[in-house]
Amino acid sequence: MSIRNKIALLVVFTLALSGLFLFYNLPNNWEFALERRSFKVASMLIISCCIAYSSVVFQTLTNNKILTPSIMGFEAVYMLFQTIIVFIYGDKTFQIIKSSDNFFLSVGLMLGFAFLLFVLIFKKGKSNMYFLLLIGLVLGTLFSTISSFLQLIIDPNEFLIIEGQMFASFNRINTDLFWYALGLLILSFIIGFRKIKHLDLIALGRENAINLGLNYNKSIKMYLFIIAVLVSVSTALVGPMTFLGILVTNLTYELFKTYKHSILIPACCLVSCIAILGGQFIVERLFNFNTTISIIINFIGGIYFMFLLLKAKKV
Amino acid sequence: MIMSISRIPRTVALILAGVGMSVSGLIMQQMTQNRFVSPTTAGTLDAAKMGILFSVLLIGQSDQYVRMLFSFAFTFIASIIFLKIADRIRYRNIIFIPLVGLMFGGILNSITTFFAYKNNIVQDVNAWMVGDFSGILEGNYEIVYLCIPAVFLTYFYANKFTVVGMGENFSKNLGLNYRAVLNIGLFCVALTVSVVVLTVGAIPFLGLVIPNVVSILYGDNLRKTLPITAILGAIFLLICDIIGRLIIFPFEVPIGMTVGIIGGVIFLILLIKKQR
Repeated sequence: MSIRNKIALLVVFTLALSGLFLFYNLPNNWEFALERRSFKVASMLIISCCIAYSSVVFQTLTNNKILTPSIMGFEAVYMLFQTIIVFIYGDKTFQIIKSSDNFFLSVGLMLGFAFLLFVLIFKKGKSNMYFLLLIGLVLGTLFSTISSFLQLIIDPNEFLIIEGQMFASFNRINTDLFWYALGLLILSFIIGFRKIKHLDLIALGRENAINLGLNYNKSIKMYLFIIAVLVSVSTALVGPMTFLGILVTNLTYELFKTYKHSILIPACCLVSCIAILGGQFIVERLFNFNTTISIIINFIGGIYFMFLLLKAKKV
Repeated sequence: MIMSISRIPRTVALILAGVGMSVSGLIMQQMTQNRFVSPTTAGTLDAAKMGILFSVLLIGQSDQYVRMLFSFAFTFIASIIFLKIADRIRYRNIIFIPLVGLMFGGILNSITTFFAYKNNIVQDVNAWMVGDFSGILEGNYEIVYLCIPAVFLTYFYANKFTVVGMGENFSKNLGLNYRAVLNIGLFCVALTVSVVVLTVGAIPFLGLVIPNVVSILYGDNLRKTLPITAILGAIFLLICDIIGRLIIFPFEVPIGMTVGIIGGVIFLILLIKKQR
């Protein structure tokens, strides 16, 4: 099948799933339901694109197919922040802190963290991606140690609030935040897509890219910043989705054996839309909300990741 | 009374956990020939957690030894898988292996969370994993003595672990039973880690920081550095425990937290220094 056909097929699938999601079992007063549902579908599409774009770019930057940007420690920062709020305000959390304030504070903290990390690493001139990741990971472990300590002494009823934040959910997005997220997403995509061909160069490795006349450090910094924005927006909006990135990018690489990012990125966006729409549909209809989508995706994504590691001759 | 019921058991448990965790970190580093590998960065702790969860889910009110068997089995298997993975990426960047290990731990964790969420025990599962010595009393900590044989075994095999770390072909060439030594090493690590996790909880970074500090100070002769690593691990843990008990007296901060923060900072400093 040609690439064009595959993309068309993915588009059809995405549309079909969106349609299914919108019109399945529509109740009598359909106007309200349809409005809610279309809103939810739109936000799922946005989050999928955020995750797909950031994961593909991140894997290109690190020259590796089994990493996702969330390992830099963003999610640990997010969880620590949520834990601290609940720890301080207890069951009054929702009265005192508006969800939009929470959103902006979380995004701000995650971006601040990313910025600190980048400054720390790139100040020395030599930019070693793996070093950056390891520092991020260690800081992440540090933060999650603190969060789990706080979670230990929190009242079990209040812990349920944290548990709600711990797992990604599309049911808690509110309308105002949706438009902010959309704006940020479009902005990042415009900036990123203008130089999409540079990614093809970066994929060749640092030396080759520099040899071909690319300002390597500058491009890497720009892309890392875009990734940081997208990951923090999607995490603050729906919660952590650690392994989705690995799942969808690798499925995309399997489907499209190409290195052109102008094809990979849109394709991966479509694949992750299908994954999220399908997953959410299963969660809502088959499991009757008994579990959350992020747990299912982490479960499947995690097993797939193990399979990748054990299958690959050389990772 | 207080001495024999609470204080002596606590001190013994502290010393043994410190010795056990730092020594098992050292073995793992020798076997993968990578400075950054340890129970924290190889998914071993997450495997132990998964083992405890499954023993609780499958058997219910199980006693300590059943739980230990479960978590031992899980850590053992997880270590084998991790070594398999590490073997394949040997010739890559030194930082990459711990990255993969941490990802591996993340997966095990997500599987654990999947089952914990279904049974509504997420908070309890997290609570098991916060290293804390305050619950150590006479009668519930004796299992930690199993560390001692593991540590001694490690000492006798110390040099062989280094050889194993140089690769399968190399060690066979030197006349070593590669498989057997590897399994003994994994056995010791799995036993120590599962026992410590069960009695105390996870103590992050301990197995990472102590061996690295010792290797900077005393070099890499394993026979010589192994006792020093063990003692330093115990001392470090004792100091952290005292700090944790004094800082918000009369309450106490769990040791997982104090060690996590102090150890994490030391590890970061080591990393940044190494990079220069």
